[in-house]
Amino acid sequence: MADLNQGDPIPELRVTPDKYLPHRYAGASGDFNPIHIDNDFAQAVGLPRNILHGLYSMAQVARAQTEAAGGDPRALRRLSVQFRGMGVPEEEIVVTGSVTERDGDRVLVATEAFQGDNGIVRNAEAELKIG
Amino acid sequence: MPVKTEAVGKEYPPTTYEVGLEKIREYANAVGQTEAVHHDREAARAAGFRDVVAPPMFAVVYSSPAMGPAILDPDVDINFAAMVHGGQEFVWGEPVCAGDEITTQAKVSEIYEKDGKGFYVFESVSTNQDGDEVVRATWTNIVRGV
Repeated sequence: MADLNQGDPIPELRVTPDKYLPHRYAGASGDFNPIHIDNDFAQAVGLPRNILHGLYSMAQVARAQTEAAGGDPRALRRLSVQFRGMGVPEEEIVVTGSVTERDGDRVLVATEAFQGDNGIVRNAEAELKIG
Repeated sequence: MPVKTEAVGKEYPPTTYEVGLEKIREYANAVGQTEAVHHDREAARAAGFRDVVAPPMFAVVYSSPAMGPAILDPDVDINFAAMVHGGQEFVWGEPVCAGDEITTQAKVSEIYEKDGKGFYVFESVSTNQDGDEVVRATWTNIVRGV
């Protein structure tokens, strides 16, 4: 488990969703909105291409927190995010974060996810219970 | 066109979702959760879970069926062509494991206008078969140019 004292960064999480990831995530989550799985449809409504599900990107932010806490899914107590720029397949997602507060076994982490310069999950805050 | 706020406070019929082991594995594979507790029954039991445990964000899977009717409700009147998912919060309680039966109730918690955008905020509460809360979620959808 990472050191999680005030000011400590959490270990960076890097993942590159492949071309077909949105299709697998659609099946897993039940969200088949065509903007995620149909490139022609996405472009017809003015998007650059089919885009990642925001909740997939949030799941990567969540995963970075549970990994920082040693892999126990019970460690993540709360996660609040804002979705901003649109995420796309085939570009690396980098999740970073740092501990803003530590009170005993309760840890608050400010965290975000970027693809290059494009922030796709912003102003996120996670509350962890470690132990 | 101002947002309509009559639907604030409206509640929707609860939905029930039965959590399957293979669905947890499928979801864990899609989001890259490789920990054994999300895939292997023995590993999950050794870690103190009743059965294979869902990753926290699996909350999306069991709570979405309750959210559909709320977001699509004509009384809420969202312009879908201009809607984006603006924000999301989950507060987790008891872990969710394969075999659990999760009941979710959704409601409209806020509708307001700010900076020319409409904010449609929904809350859902999910409980397991023992009546324990497993997740409380806040879903914020934003509509540009209301």
